[in-house]
Amino acid sequence: MTSDSNSGQRRLFAKKLDFKRGAIDLTHGAGGKASAQLFEELFRPAFDNASLNRGDDQARIDGAARMVVATDGHVVSPLFFPGGDIGALSVHGTINDVAMAGATPTQMTAGFILEEGFPLADLRRIVQSMAAAAAEAGVEIVAGDTKVVERGKGDGVFITTTGLGVIPDSVETPPGADRARAGDVILVSGTVGDHGVTILSAREALPMSVPFESDTAALHSLVADLLAAAPGVKVLRDPTRGGLATAVNEICRASGVGALLRETSIPIRKTVDAACELLGVDPLYLANEGKLIAVVEASAADAALAALRGHPLGREAAVIGEIVDDPDGFVQMETAFGGKRLVDWLTGDPLPRIC
Amino acid sequence: MKYVDEFRDPAAARALAARIADEVDPARRYAFMEFCGGHTHALCRFGLEDLLPPNIRMVHGPGCPVCVLPVGRLDLAVELVTSRPEVILATYGDMMRVPGSGGVSLLTAKSRGGDVRMIYSTAQAVELARDNPEREVVLFAIGFETTTPPTAAAVKAADAAGLKNFSVLCNHVLTPAAIDAIMTTGSAESRARLDGFVGPGHVSTIIGAEAYEDAARKWEKPIVISGFEPNDLLNAIHLLVRQTNAGEARVDNAFARAVRPGGNAAAQALCDEVFALRDAFEWRGLGTIPESALKLAPAYEGFDAELKFDLQYASRPDHKACACAEILRGEKTPVECAVFETACAPEHPLGSCMVSPEGACAAYYLYGRFRDAAPRLAAAE
Repeated sequence: MTSDSNSGQRRLFAKKLDFKRGAIDLTHGAGGKASAQLFEELFRPAFDNASLNRGDDQARIDGAARMVVATDGHVVSPLFFPGGDIGALSVHGTINDVAMAGATPTQMTAGFILEEGFPLADLRRIVQSMAAAAAEAGVEIVAGDTKVVERGKGDGVFITTTGLGVIPDSVETPPGADRARAGDVILVSGTVGDHGVTILSAREALPMSVPFESDTAALHSLVADLLAAAPGVKVLRDPTRGGLATAVNEICRASGVGALLRETSIPIRKTVDAACELLGVDPLYLANEGKLIAVVEASAADAALAALRGHPLGREAAVIGEIVDDPDGFVQMETAFGGKRLVDWLTGDPLPRIC
Repeated sequence: MKYVDEFRDPAAARALAARIADEVDPARRYAFMEFCGGHTHALCRFGLEDLLPPNIRMVHGPGCPVCVLPVGRLDLAVELVTSRPEVILATYGDMMRVPGSGGVSLLTAKSRGGDVRMIYSTAQAVELARDNPEREVVLFAIGFETTTPPTAAAVKAADAAGLKNFSVLCNHVLTPAAIDAIMTTGSAESRARLDGFVGPGHVSTIIGAEAYEDAARKWEKPIVISGFEPNDLLNAIHLLVRQTNAGEARVDNAFARAVRPGGNAAAQALCDEVFALRDAFEWRGLGTIPESALKLAPAYEGFDAELKFDLQYASRPDHKACACAEILRGEKTPVECAVFETACAPEHPLGSCMVSPEGACAAYYLYGRFRDAAPRLAAAE
């Protein structure tokens, strides 16, 4: 068996990126296997440093008093959707990346790329939505930048936000993607697929009469409750692009373990499940913007579950499986029938510009 | 979810599995071919093979329209859309990434400037022709009998609207001919080992259960028509075990909620009007099969892209490392292919069985490769 230089696991990418003739395609932005490859074969070696190499969605800044930084670009289409808009999403997305380190978010910056001709009324609506989301989360937006590109060279507005946060002293060992071990328990804080289905149905080509709503929300207070009840939380991850399936695969790869999920335990709204069935997409691969996955020691599972369920954003939390030893790093799932299947990384892109 | 949950009830599945386990003869082995790629994916996605006794083996059949399309037919489309700037090629999404000769797909053709448009329904292709009167819209029509009526409807609609800039590159193929081919090509031993077929579901809604009577009689194999839900498949496998044990070979319809004995007469009449039988057609894996595919009928020849653009078909070889041909005949499983998961994966497929959402290699890759991947990869290195 071959090994990656960095992990000792089975080779995830059979072919290397072709920097002579290759080109970016939509899969590189889908948050699945192609995104992981772009990071591992271009960005990571180019920027090579300990914080980046940890492979988390945020970086801890060494020597800076438990400070955490994360950055996130937002290109969602449409800009306004049931349950949210690109403004709220750009605040929540970055806060959540900061929060997954166990940190309390404190400040943010925002960079706007606007297209010539974009209505000011829409921009104001987006900015006010950002302000409301930040205020609700207790985060200040302290710096920013605005650039405008010619008509046709952008698509309305793209927003990149960077968030800072501090890990409280009460968190002894901050969660990290590489800390999962066999026997640990995997929890999810609520139903999966809501955001993805909302964006799908909001797009003109796929009209649906059932009202869906994005789950976009800031998760740091949920994280604080969870860490207070179960201080030994080992991994936290928000399953955005690529969905629950890809997030669990990322954890397994970073930790050098496998996972076994139970299909019947994974919370999915009936309407979301039905829509996915009609559209031929798998809710396990759809983006979430207000959910987290937690990996905890088995002995802490009950306390963690109770803490999640005690918070308004975690009412439908569930234990969905466990970490197992697997040199191949496979994520398997026991189906409702007692059979097993693989739950692979997202390959391709079911849905460009989901967030 | 009404009409789905009933067929995914785990308790009912366990009861069916127990019945199968009770009735199999432990002294013999069973091999059933599920014809459709949709069946293969359901088996893998729901982990159903884990519920079957070890002496039942499911063999994956050729019922994946993208998979059985030979490279030469795809090349026709690629060459057409890259050589004629007036052409808009309209295709279903699952064809886009299938590699043609030299690994060139329709997606590659698009990136090289070919005007390839992905459509969800054939009506969109007709709309494209209406909206672009100065262009030539060619519908890349593929599929078994399930997708043939929509192509016929598009031709009729274009005809009624007087659209002269619409045509069809027709690759529609016929299921009964494929079952005959399975029983006549490939190795005699693999044929002899086959005990029966899980018959097509969607195709049968069009052509009807009676369409397989000849095949069941001629080849003395039971055929049980099945839907695509887990319990549909377990029920069909149960009925196949019963017929096999009793030495019977008839057509059972286990998808009666959708399939009638005579099928959909209106759809059949539409297809009979618009299409005519080709003398012969090349299939990937199964070779050239007489009377196995359709072309435009003489009355609709004006919509035949092969005539309109004088396209000459030439057979082209598959990638030499690709075992799709043997896999489509049921002679190999995907993991027995030397390049499975190494040189061939969904992100960089060598053969169509790895690209198509109905392909057997894709099903194994996505849902089942944890089973035996480690020893196989170790052996390959």
